Amino acid sequence: MEPRIFAGPPAAGGPESLADHAARLGPMPRGSAAEATIPVIEASGLLGRGGAGFPVGRKWRSVAGQAGGAPALLVNGAEGEPLSSKDRTLMRLRPHLVLDGALLAADAVGADRIAIYVGSAHRDARDSIERALVERRDIRLPVQLFAAPATYVAGEESAAVHFVNAADARPTVTPPRPYERGIDGRPTLVQNVESLANAALIARFGDAWYRGVGRSSTPGSALVTVSGSDRDGVREIEIGTPIGELAEVAGAGRDPRDRQAVLLGGYFGGWVSAERGWGLPLDPVELRDAGSAFGAGVVAFLGHDRCGVRATARIMDYMAGQSAAQCGPCVFGLRAIADATAGLANGTAAGDDLARIERWSQQLAGRGACRHPDGAVGQLLSSLRVFGSEWEIHQRRRTCSREGFRSFAVPVVREKVA
Amino acid sequence: MLTAQPTSRAAAAELVVDRIACDGFGMCAELLPELIDLDDWGYPIVRSGDVPDELMDHARRAVAVCPVLALRLRRSVRP
Repeated sequence: MEPRIFAGPPAAGGPESLADHAARLGPMPRGSAAEATIPVIEASGLLGRGGAGFPVGRKWRSVAGQAGGAPALLVNGAEGEPLSSKDRTLMRLRPHLVLDGALLAADAVGADRIAIYVGSAHRDARDSIERALVERRDIRLPVQLFAAPATYVAGEESAAVHFVNAADARPTVTPPRPYERGIDGRPTLVQNVESLANAALIARFGDAWYRGVGRSSTPGSALVTVSGSDRDGVREIEIGTPIGELAEVAGAGRDPRDRQAVLLGGYFGGWVSAERGWGLPLDPVELRDAGSAFGAGVVAFLGHDRCGVRATARIMDYMAGQSAAQCGPCVFGLRAIADATAGLANGTAAGDDLARIERWSQQLAGRGACRHPDGAVGQLLSSLRVFGSEWEIHQRRRTCSREGFRSFAVPVVREKVA
Repeated sequence: MLTAQPTSRAAAAELVVDRIACDGFGMCAELLPELIDLDDWGYPIVRSGDVPDELMDHARRAVAVCPVLALRLRRSVRP
């Protein structure tokens, strides 16, 4: 598949200027009123790329149809997921595509202000967006740039709204959801930057063009962040590409036997064994049905020299530390699960730790204001299924079958386009 | 001709917890053990779905007694 989001100059060239962007793609169709834009986005089948995979057109329609004052748009580029770097890479290389999408969305829902929320640690992305804003002459709405705190939950939509309203990037109790009451109490569209970039292309080339690629039930292309391969980085794939095919291209082996497992969707996602995963299509709907997740497009391969139990323990420790510390079940439950998991990983497990983390995990889902605990334990429960015998070995023999207790290398995800 | 809705329909409600407000006092579970368990740290695990009519009075009492007003009854429409 020819790249779409990353069509144009190579990544080494850095951010695409407004002149280059306009020369390559032509002007956006202007004056795109809600009646004209939203049906096209709906017909395209575009699903949100922030993690939840909600249909973008339907979201725009529900914001446009809300009473309660002029809506606001929150452009979400917080990208707190440690295994993902596609959003910051997109903002850095194609800032004008993101801004095109933001202006389109603002027009479509009738927003009268735009908040752009970029991870404070993603300095290149922020600089690129800032420079792009200076270049533009077609922005008639107030646009404000916000630096999202470098926490996992800061990008959760109610947390993002809370930060814009009150400089506090912790989730709030929902309902009301942001599309009902968000920035300044007004209906707010919170949309991921990759979703907006796609919308900008759909507005230019049409919904049929968008659906022209895709190898499974979900149309289009998507950005993924690959790690644990020989050529880690951000890639654009045709949705529905089998994981095994991506593995081969990225240098994670031709054969499922070359890897042990894959973590899909990131720290909120789910593990699948390489044997099962190699044939699975990278498609939000099909991965959900398979008990995993596409999430924000994370594909992290785990080699045979790594221990899945230790990898999971590290993730759980991180996730417990990233609790916004507001809800008891998350504060105490996640920490207890993380500690017991660490004990199992390093060979100091108590008698029934494995049974306890299973019970606690099953109790935790749905019991936070946001879905942070749900995401974390979902990942853990998938690990218990995929690395079941390894967990048993850790529990019963207090040792690890993977030599030398080698730990999961938390990948340093590079911001390069592979 | 349409008549008044049966009272059970009008009263259908489920228990919801404001997880941020809840401090795990556990009084709700004392008063309504049929529908509310506590986890190992004292935070409620509420059975989902509508509160059965025969427990509605107990549910109202549990809501009223929460010291931080974290528990409430949310009206739901029964099919």
